[in-house]
Amino acid sequence: MPHTQHPIEILRFNTCGSVDDGKSTLIGRLLYDSKSLMEDQLEALERSADITGGGQINLANLTDGLRAEREQGITIDVAYRYFATPKRKFIVADTPGHVQYTRNMVSGASTANLSVVLVDARQGVIEQTRRHTFIAALLGIPHLVIAVNKMDLVDWQEERFLEIRDEIEDFLPKLGAFRDVKFIPISALDGDNVVDASKKTPWFEGPALLHHLETVHIASDRNLTTLRFPVQWVNRPNNPTDRELHDFRGLSGQIASGIVHRGQEVVVLPAGIKTRVANIWNYDTPLDEAFCPQSVTLCLEHDIDISRGDMIVGLENLPGRNAELHAQVCWMHSRPLQPGKKYFLKHATQTVQAIVTKLESRVNMTTLEAEADPAALAINDIGGVRVKTAKPLVFDGYTTNHLTGSFILIEQGTNATVAAGMLSAPTEAVTPEYTDFAI
Amino acid sequence: MSSYHLDHLQYLETEAIHIMREVAAEFERPAILFSGGKDSICLLRLAEKAFRPSDIPMPLLNVETGHEFPELIEFRDRRAKELGAKLIVRTVEEALKKGIAHPTPGQISRNQLQIPVLLGAIEEFQFDCAIGGARRDEEKARAKERFFSFRDSFGQWDPKNQRPEIWNLYNARVNPGENMRVFPLSNWTEMDVWEYVKSERLEVPNIYFSHERECFRRGGQWIPIPPAQSDPTKPDPYAGARPKPNEPVQKLVVRVRTIADMISTGMVESRADSVDDIIAEIAAARVTERGSRADDKASEAAMEDRKKAGYF
Repeated sequence: MPHTQHPIEILRFNTCGSVDDGKSTLIGRLLYDSKSLMEDQLEALERSADITGGGQINLANLTDGLRAEREQGITIDVAYRYFATPKRKFIVADTPGHVQYTRNMVSGASTANLSVVLVDARQGVIEQTRRHTFIAALLGIPHLVIAVNKMDLVDWQEERFLEIRDEIEDFLPKLGAFRDVKFIPISALDGDNVVDASKKTPWFEGPALLHHLETVHIASDRNLTTLRFPVQWVNRPNNPTDRELHDFRGLSGQIASGIVHRGQEVVVLPAGIKTRVANIWNYDTPLDEAFCPQSVTLCLEHDIDISRGDMIVGLENLPGRNAELHAQVCWMHSRPLQPGKKYFLKHATQTVQAIVTKLESRVNMTTLEAEADPAALAINDIGGVRVKTAKPLVFDGYTTNHLTGSFILIEQGTNATVAAGMLSAPTEAVTPEYTDFAI
Repeated sequence: MSSYHLDHLQYLETEAIHIMREVAAEFERPAILFSGGKDSICLLRLAEKAFRPSDIPMPLLNVETGHEFPELIEFRDRRAKELGAKLIVRTVEEALKKGIAHPTPGQISRNQLQIPVLLGAIEEFQFDCAIGGARRDEEKARAKERFFSFRDSFGQWDPKNQRPEIWNLYNARVNPGENMRVFPLSNWTEMDVWEYVKSERLEVPNIYFSHERECFRRGGQWIPIPPAQSDPTKPDPYAGARPKPNEPVQKLVVRVRTIADMISTGMVESRADSVDDIIAEIAAARVTERGSRADDKASEAAMEDRKKAGYF
């Protein structure tokens, strides 16, 4: 594995806000001020400014990469941007604000360590602010930044900033989950408090946004305690000429959580077979241990029938196993959820058939309250459902494990991805009837 | 606990390996697009890491415009052989002969003509998935691209109707005739690619390093002089790509930063003759990699339009 002198971490964040809150301008500003914008990109910006912008450079044109987006002046789809400072590398998902693109926000935010929610200082907290904050909490993003933008247009009044902060702090407890929340007054257009602390906010102790992004502690966001290894691909060289290769049988996958050691006792689920890790392979070197989120290949002590979709776990903190599940789903397709209709459900590395047996609730995006027995779940709705799968899933609750507690629903026939789902914690852990190998 | 830490390259690597394995597990007939360029060189190393000690369970595919740097072709063939991989090459030349592709009058670059050749190869071999080395940082239409990018039965990309991608759950389902383009390096930057080349000690074609070469100035770029015409009885394949009398030829110390073919690759003046030099040069660079690509300069939506038509 490569090692640089100063290991540089990647921080993934997404920016969200409603139309015209200045998300794309903010990203443009971060790129521009961190000198990640190149001359030919600036030239292209200047060219389009001359044509369409009356000479004013529009930083949003940097991320709005599709023709339709530039024409309409809005972000339609998630755009990914990359920049680096000497302290960290950043992957930015610029997610659309429009209500009909909520599904894209869910996509962009699902892998983020941190969410930046923009609020227009003039408009204050609006429905979309609540919705975006709610989604960030629902997806379990650990870190939240509320960037109060366009502070220049309210004369940098501290009172206005505090008013917005208080209003958000009022509803945050209902959402739970964030590890830390920062409020930062900025002007994305002029760059105040974006990269450098602004002189216009003597009342603000800081930090500037970039400084916060560079220093926020993300190392302990990962779950290193509970081993989950969804088997992704069975590695069998089947090489007839090389004896060692002929017998090689490895289980390849990405560690979803925890640490695995050579010699460790593990259980293969759903079969419930107990065995030991004989070897951990990383391309060409055997490892003593591996940890989340490394992609490795495990060789087990016993030759057991294991295939894609099985899960290798440690002996402690066993997951649940059930075909009847409860979940929160975000519906992502224009055809509403049809209870009783068969969908494909992809969970970790396995795909099974599933039906939604009951719509239990639908979140009212204005009050953020769950309302019972909704008539339907349509595009951009979030709600609680009961799901029945054709085969039991080995799973965890989403709040304890994002990768073994999440799924997508796929419509049969069109193959459209129609929903993102987050599983509720299992009511009881699996109790495998261990088949111990006599050695 | 601090040792349980992945630096940025290890993070990008584990993500890309996960994606490669998803392809192997979910598709019947995938292929890896391998040109011999730096990004696809990284792809091959990731494939080794994903699948060893097994053989890489998919063939390599390359679409030749016929205007390639000879150094690139030599490298491509040698690397495929070293890996014991099956290499499939389909050419624009062949497609022109068969009448599958037709040049636009006056257009000397064959960049656009790669599209029907690629789609033809996908059909010929019934590939349901092609893994490519495209990166989102290259170009702003690419910034909108998914890891698993669905193409309909015409090979078209519909940017306004992409499948949402959530967590690491990739929807790999396609119907017969449709296919998927998969981009494991989506989150990599040009710098990451070179840092990976360095840390993995990967060999790259020597045209990435500085060398003397005769070039001429056209469209703000240093264009390399194409090879001499081998058979004067046949039409010159580089007609239009040779310097005109008012385009004086100069011998310069140059290298390529990005490789298309000889017609659409601008050479950059550079003294970088090691991977470390290249990394230092990129760190100080003030223009993007694609700044030296004539094919992207056609218009602000040049890439978007080509991708909609089936470009990778």
